[in-house]
Amino acid sequence: MHPAPSYRRSLLWITLVAVCLTAAASLFVGPRAITAQVTMDALFRFDPANGAHLLVMQQRLPRVFLALIVGAALGAAGAVMQTLTRNPLADPGLLGISAGATLAIVILIAVTGRIDVNAALWAGVGGAALGGAAVFGIGGMAQGHDPVRLVLAGAALSIVMMTLTRVITVNADAHVFDQFRHWAVGSLQGRGWDVLNTSAGLALVGAIGALLLARPLDALALGRDLGQSLGTDPRRIWLVAAAVVVVLSGAATAAAGPISFIGIAAPHLARHICGPAHRPLILLSMLIGAALVSFADLAGRLIGGTTQIDVGIMTALIGGPIFVILARNLRMNTL
Amino acid sequence: MNMPGYSTLRWRNCSFRIHMRTLWMNAVLSLFLLAGSAWALMSGSLPIAPDEIWQTLTATAPSRAIAHVLLDIRIPRLLVTLGAGAALGASGAVFQTISRNPLGSPDIIGFTAGAATGALVWIVALGGTGADVVPAAMCGALLAGAVVYLLARKDGRVSAYRLVLTGLGVGAILTAVNALLLVRGDLDVAISANLWLAGSVEGRGWAHVWPLWVGLCVLILPMLFGMRPLGLMAMGDDLAAPLGVAVEPVRRWMLLAALMLAALATSATGPIAFVALAAPQLARRIGVTASQPLIGAALVGAALMLGADLITRIAPFGIVMPIGQVTGLVGGIYLIWLLAKRRNRGT
Repeated sequence: MHPAPSYRRSLLWITLVAVCLTAAASLFVGPRAITAQVTMDALFRFDPANGAHLLVMQQRLPRVFLALIVGAALGAAGAVMQTLTRNPLADPGLLGISAGATLAIVILIAVTGRIDVNAALWAGVGGAALGGAAVFGIGGMAQGHDPVRLVLAGAALSIVMMTLTRVITVNADAHVFDQFRHWAVGSLQGRGWDVLNTSAGLALVGAIGALLLARPLDALALGRDLGQSLGTDPRRIWLVAAAVVVVLSGAATAAAGPISFIGIAAPHLARHICGPAHRPLILLSMLIGAALVSFADLAGRLIGGTTQIDVGIMTALIGGPIFVILARNLRMNTL
Repeated sequence: MNMPGYSTLRWRNCSFRIHMRTLWMNAVLSLFLLAGSAWALMSGSLPIAPDEIWQTLTATAPSRAIAHVLLDIRIPRLLVTLGAGAALGASGAVFQTISRNPLGSPDIIGFTAGAATGALVWIVALGGTGADVVPAAMCGALLAGAVVYLLARKDGRVSAYRLVLTGLGVGAILTAVNALLLVRGDLDVAISANLWLAGSVEGRGWAHVWPLWVGLCVLILPMLFGMRPLGLMAMGDDLAAPLGVAVEPVRRWMLLAALMLAALATSATGPIAFVALAAPQLARRIGVTASQPLIGAALVGAALMLGADLITRIAPFGIVMPIGQVTGLVGGIYLIWLLAKRRNRGT
């Protein structure tokens, strides 16, 4: 059952407009009041000596782009992951990826004593890759591709890594914990252009990989045996798709900290609009993810006033109720 | 006639069938609990000999130091450890039976996050400390449970799936609130809150023991009666109802009781990972639960907590290793081992 084409097209337009509106609005909103006129000047007649102009160009503009990239990466990762695990509730938090990035970054903070955003980015990507690889390894690449086992392995490894993280924060100096608690809520604050460039590159690689996988994923979604008889090699698709998921969600988590619900919510909303075929699904998931993160970041700045509410908290506060409503109306046979 | 694995006890015209494996496993478990408790009371920075413990408990203590260490520190700690383990084990058994899912433990359904929210609001926002946390955490867990139950109810019924999913959602919201409280709080306060979140039995006094054990004793008896209809409901509501089970009331009251047990345990120790999840499974696996899954799970839960507490004392390099982290580490590695083992058998 698919909604009528006109309805779907209007939803698509609404999403596009929402992305543009929230992104544009983010430029004009912040703890420091800068008039719309000054913001426009900063964009089109940039004056390096003007503090307000610098703020717009060095802080707000990269932040807008980073929100879009993080959201798009999480949306695409969620879409691929839900097909891969055959689990409608799959999320980067589920497969040890967020926990791996978190553990790597807390080790980095504990060893070096401070958080350098760029080093944290690479540590986060490395930790996400290791965590994801361990989960996929234990979850059984060797034989069968049992989705339940994969999810269980993800839960078990996540708990072990989160435990190690907490043991480190409990034992380390106070300032290590102080740095960590600010990273752990998921924030887009104070990331500059260099972080943006690195994570944008990674996300781009991941997104291209995901789109190239769209056709094989369509076959895989039919089930392993049927997919195989259609001429795909499930194991190779699995390996490539797992790598794509790790790159995408690793880049997002490392840049912004753990952000929940985007990976679940974006593909669900996208499927509602465009149906289950993977190429439009992945593209639309990226679009919706970007809109959600960008909106959450904007809302956090509007509600929090001078002390902003971080984007990771806002996505959970907005996404949690949506998730509960989804769960309430879920028909049991769809699981 | 004897069934295999059973032996029969006869006395005049009464007879009683005993499952030998269950008997043995219960004996071994009780022995471990006794020996572990004795060791927990004896060891520490002030070693106390067994006869000194005996004297302190029955007559007068050999010295004031021993009386203080034993009566005010070690015995409350031991009782909190055992009580929390038993409560979590029993609570997990009920949750797993109701949700028909081995992962349906109270920490996944959001109650632990609720308890943490209550405690954090108390510690961070209201500046409370120490044993005052107990009622705050209790309120948080019960509120979270009530919200999850009401949201999961539809047309007067609570389905297992909807309960787990709603719990996941509510738990995530509460976790975000917790993170917000941790970030907004003063650093010193946030550190003490983080320590509470790690789950610990250190420095627990009688103020922690009383609510936990009174609640445990009051709740466990009616729960024993509820386990039987609940077991029938595992076959499905539609099959249980014609057998005379009042499906929805049984589920509601058992959920409430299990929730209160989990809340009691969490408010006394902080969040403890995996005990509620692992205890009922382990109990079934080693066969202490032939007739009464609740008691078996409670015993295994207490044994797990006691074992974890003993491990915290031998952590190397002077690392602070709170008990909640020991259970998380051991439980997680155990689960991974189970998964790896299943793969080997498959190939």
